[in-house]
Amino acid sequence: MHELGIVFHVIDMVEKAAAENNAEAVASVTLELGEVSGVIPHELTGCWNWAVKKTERMREAALVIETIPAVTFCEGCGQTYPTVPQGKICPHCGSEHTWLRQGNEIQVKEIAIKEGPYGSV
Amino acid sequence: MEAYKVIEIKESVFADNDREADRIRAGLKGEKTFLLNLMSSPGAGKTTTLLRTIEALRDDLRIGVMEADIDSDVDAAAIAKAGVRSIQLHTGGMCHLDAGMTEQGLRELGTSDLDLVVLENVGNLVCPAEFDTGAVKNAMILSVPEGHDKPLKYPLIFTVCDVLLINKTDVLPYFDFDLEKVREYAHMRNPRLQIFPISAKTGEGVSAWTDWLRTQVREWTK
Repeated sequence: MHELGIVFHVIDMVEKAAAENNAEAVASVTLELGEVSGVIPHELTGCWNWAVKKTERMREAALVIETIPAVTFCEGCGQTYPTVPQGKICPHCGSEHTWLRQGNEIQVKEIAIKEGPYGSV
Repeated sequence: MEAYKVIEIKESVFADNDREADRIRAGLKGEKTFLLNLMSSPGAGKTTTLLRTIEALRDDLRIGVMEADIDSDVDAAAIAKAGVRSIQLHTGGMCHLDAGMTEQGLRELGTSDLDLVVLENVGNLVCPAEFDTGAVKNAMILSVPEGHDKPLKYPLIFTVCDVLLINKTDVLPYFDFDLEKVREYAHMRNPRLQIFPISAKTGEGVSAWTDWLRTQVREWTK
């Protein structure tokens, strides 16, 4: 449900970076999405396709999503394990004192631009 | 073939919002105004709790309210009747408020002569938790009928909040709601979380919450 809000934030960021780099158009945006970021890729793409049409430079920009696997660290035994199948309880030692090391990212990794006639400034 | 140039960005989608939120907090600190972000599901009793809170604090603090429900059941007149300045924020159908929208609201409300501003966020346990609004403290209300398993189902909001109000304790006898389980689950997510069981309807437990809030506001505005 919050995917549209996230798309607007991404568009703002990319528009800014595109302007700074004298881009004529943005061809693609690569987004790193943690496995437990709470964002549904399919929904995000749907919102994206609708929202970019309202922009100048990003009309044709494709959204590329790279998934970052969720990994939990256990303070009890110092080991890590994949979060999604295991959850909060450490499968190695049964401890509840665990925290997410990675996997909740919503991050713009890179953008591909077509440069304007005067190159980048 | 057209040549494309790849530009590395490597920045969180929330980075801009977080910077803006920090700026809002710094501005509020300068003018000695405390902003509380109040979140809950629809129907948890945000407005009734807010009215109780205003009642308890209005003699000590100058209070303003920003209403952000998309489809509000709030009687804005009731808030106004409680003797505080209030405005309705327009989220444009969005499920949450971000720092930019909050800043607009603060400007519209006018905060320089206020000690406490309460932002009543959109009723939702998912999206509001992701966007820092610039509030000094975040509070959420969980009501008894919603069930004690909510900290397990919506972990993020319990992680970002400073305070959890467990509302509608007057109906505890009618529900399988385990107060101790809620404490356990919520503290598992966030050991620093302050928990106040209240009944906004009867007023039971409300003073512990309002005393806490008064202290927080005084600390911030001194």
